[in-house]
Amino acid sequence: MRALTHLDRLEAESIHILRETVAEADRPVMLYSIGKDSAVMLHLAKKAFFPSPLPFPLLHVDTTWKFRDMYALRDKVGGEAGTELLVYKNPEAERQAINPFDHGPLHTDMWKTEGLKQALDKYGFDAAFGGARRDEEKSRAKERVFSFRDRKHRWDPKRQRPELWSLYNVRKNKGESMRVFPLSNWTELDVWQYIMRERIEIVPLYFAAERPTVERDGLLLMVDDERFPLDGEKPVMRKVRFRTLGCYPLSGAVESEAATVEDIVAEMLLTKTSERQGRAIDKDGGSASMEKKKQEGYF
Amino acid sequence: MSRPLESDQDLIRRDVRAWLAEQERKELLRFITCGSVDDGKSTLIGRLLYESKQIFDDQLEALESDSKRHGTQGAKIDFALLVDGLSAEREQGITIDVAYRFFTSARRKFIVADTPGHEQYTRNMVTGASTADLAVLLVDARKGVLTQTRRHSYLAKLVGIRQFVLAVNKMDLVDYDQAAFDSICTDYCAFAEQIGIEHWAAIPVSGLGGDNIMSRSDATAWYSGPTLLEHLDSVPIDVTSDAEKPFRMPVQWVNRPNQNFRGFSGQMASGSIAPGAEVRVLPSGRTTRIDRIVTMDGNQDEAVAGQSVTLTFADEIDCSRGDVIALASDPPEAADQFEATIVWMADEELLPGRGYWLKLGTQTVTAMIQEPKYEINVNTLEHLAAKTLGLNGIGVAELATDREIVFEPYAVEGASPNKALGGFILIDKLSNTTVACGMLHFALRRALNIHRQHLDVSRETHAHLKGQKPAVLWFTGLSGAGKSTIANLVEKKLAARGRHTFLLDGDNIRHGLNRDLGFTEADRIENIRRVGEVARLMSDAGLIVLTAFISPFRAERHMVRRMVPEGEFFEIFVDTPLAEAEKRDVKGLYAKARSGELKNFTGIDSPYEPPEHAEIHIDTTALSADEAADLIVEKLVGRR
Repeated sequence: MRALTHLDRLEAESIHILRETVAEADRPVMLYSIGKDSAVMLHLAKKAFFPSPLPFPLLHVDTTWKFRDMYALRDKVGGEAGTELLVYKNPEAERQAINPFDHGPLHTDMWKTEGLKQALDKYGFDAAFGGARRDEEKSRAKERVFSFRDRKHRWDPKRQRPELWSLYNVRKNKGESMRVFPLSNWTELDVWQYIMRERIEIVPLYFAAERPTVERDGLLLMVDDERFPLDGEKPVMRKVRFRTLGCYPLSGAVESEAATVEDIVAEMLLTKTSERQGRAIDKDGGSASMEKKKQEGYF
Repeated sequence: MSRPLESDQDLIRRDVRAWLAEQERKELLRFITCGSVDDGKSTLIGRLLYESKQIFDDQLEALESDSKRHGTQGAKIDFALLVDGLSAEREQGITIDVAYRFFTSARRKFIVADTPGHEQYTRNMVTGASTADLAVLLVDARKGVLTQTRRHSYLAKLVGIRQFVLAVNKMDLVDYDQAAFDSICTDYCAFAEQIGIEHWAAIPVSGLGGDNIMSRSDATAWYSGPTLLEHLDSVPIDVTSDAEKPFRMPVQWVNRPNQNFRGFSGQMASGSIAPGAEVRVLPSGRTTRIDRIVTMDGNQDEAVAGQSVTLTFADEIDCSRGDVIALASDPPEAADQFEATIVWMADEELLPGRGYWLKLGTQTVTAMIQEPKYEINVNTLEHLAAKTLGLNGIGVAELATDREIVFEPYAVEGASPNKALGGFILIDKLSNTTVACGMLHFALRRALNIHRQHLDVSRETHAHLKGQKPAVLWFTGLSGAGKSTIANLVEKKLAARGRHTFLLDGDNIRHGLNRDLGFTEADRIENIRRVGEVARLMSDAGLIVLTAFISPFRAERHMVRRMVPEGEFFEIFVDTPLAEAEKRDVKGLYAKARSGELKNFTGIDSPYEPPEHAEIHIDTTALSADEAADLIVEKLVGRR
């Protein structure tokens, strides 16, 4: 008899979670952030419902500040047959031209947290899949697979529903919703191994290449377009790649030679820093900042 | 994420694929740490992560600065802060909810759930335990086995954990004294035997000092057993037992992209399956053969327990979410009455007789729980008489579901538990929170043996003789809303049209049939249940039954609706604002309730849950009683 490998088991669990949500929620949606975790989650969803097309749309809550390579992959994915991609931009943030250079934490708050809440309310989604993993960050390590949110999208870490076995309580009253995390039990290594095994397409920015960069506040930032205000700095071509992707002015690059998924995995295994280290977003607000954001309705 | 062992780094540099292939072959062990508050669970895990080099430099930096700010270890690193991820936890120095962490050894991958020690958060401990293979039970060497040690052992055993480690912690604080260790082991041994824990090992450790966690301690020369990690690495785990049981798959979702494809998706609970195998769909009992096992990577020759698959059948037979596909020659049972162990996890206590959602596998039904047969004192294991279960109460009770469910007994002697078809949760119908979990013992025989007597004069005959279609008109609303008044008028109008009717009025019933019931929440539920049963019998006799009861809870009205054939139940919401009803106060009851003389009065100190989908909505501020009665008669007579 065939013995299941670790990845087989993770895959089966994630598919179970995806199907359970679709069976019980009224209007599910998948948050698609274009990163490697989203890519894996989307691949799992295709497997879960094959040969049916995806029974829910993808939603990209856009900040207008993603890398150009990310938009290219997003549009390619959104154009595939059987895939419906919704793009939402917070009109208020757009009107005020909120950006990471001038507005600091307000950028994430308005584009991402507020944008997400607005989009969920606009379309009436009652369950939203997210690609977060428990190994990423310590408040995420505490979160349930099915994370209940009240009418204002808030997470109450002290009153989480008990979650026994693989029995998920998807019930809620009108206006309340669920954030669902099919990758809860995956580690960063699992994600890369799965990308390798399943040959999943990811944004090229994960691979090392010569890119124009400047160094700011200890982060190596890529000058991805002309909106990057240069303060007398001269972008330097460096061979870099990104461990996580977000808004380009907030994503720190690492110098690297990794040109294949194997190289990336080897490099990641030998590194001494965590993947979220290159993210400016986790730091504003002290050691509890992610928890606070989640309570406010962030993913 | 988990980092590789230092010894592996050469291989990673040389041939990362070879190293990854090795990782794929590693077994996974899921374990929990549990025990009483302050026994050092989080510190122990933090120590395990730290010593197995799972901590990145930036995390270590953050930990050092956190330790200075919130730590309880003075200038030293407070390892607990690595796992206590919520700010409330770091501030109070306690664990509130379970944290999942990941690490790797040379042989195994580990997912460890650090569970809270406070009794108040027992439900979170059970959450962690339900998916674990092993429990590390921490005991403070100075305090020995405590109530919470016993409670957690009991709960872990109850949800099916079969391997235990008694980690006698803080050995540094008792000078690594062997006698202290031995005495705790003797104590625990007696308890373990009592509750039937077969496999357990005791290890003297210090989370703070790192003794016997990764490396052997010189301070405990008298101890010759393995270190904690050595033990976790070598303890036998059952990976194949589900695959060796007969095939079962709860259907999660029917996959139907077009007319030509109909597949049944689910995660296999047990056994293995191949195309051509004869299967039975339960509870209907129809049989067919598996045609294909469909995946995005092509059709499979075989699938085994744990896999998520899509199956197609050789024949077109009915099958939908909630059904279970099973080996035709060895199917599970279906029943609607059970005995079960229930762990209550909500602040509001169990209401015997109230309908709760019961979810088991992919089946969701309404279940009513009887008064517990007994509650278990986890300290002494005594069986105590109980009328209900409160927060963290564990008891054994009988329960009845409104339709048959396919199940297997949870606990199996000498084998892994049937989690997928034996474990269930109870969900409150109003708040939708998970209020309890339970484990089915067996079906009650009377569910199998008491069949309803077949009646020669059927309900159709009764109705035909009366020349009418039976119905139950269920008036609900606040006290003084006008239910009885309108119901009376409706009955008169129906009688004038030659209809056979009967009016069940709240006050009258309470003088007779239900005079043994009071006004507690439980009694109100029983009151409605009895009225529902009477109304159903009368409608079987062909009558149009009118009932006028406050019936404040949605769950109970829903329960009655389920008793009556579809299309014959009319929920009539007599909608009068509280202020208006109180102003009328025909019986002077509101005044009494306001003065505190009358307790549990609906609208005052007990809630009224308005109907969400009433068949008829009467706004008494817009319609007179007579107009309302006309409207109802019209609706009833107008139905097809």
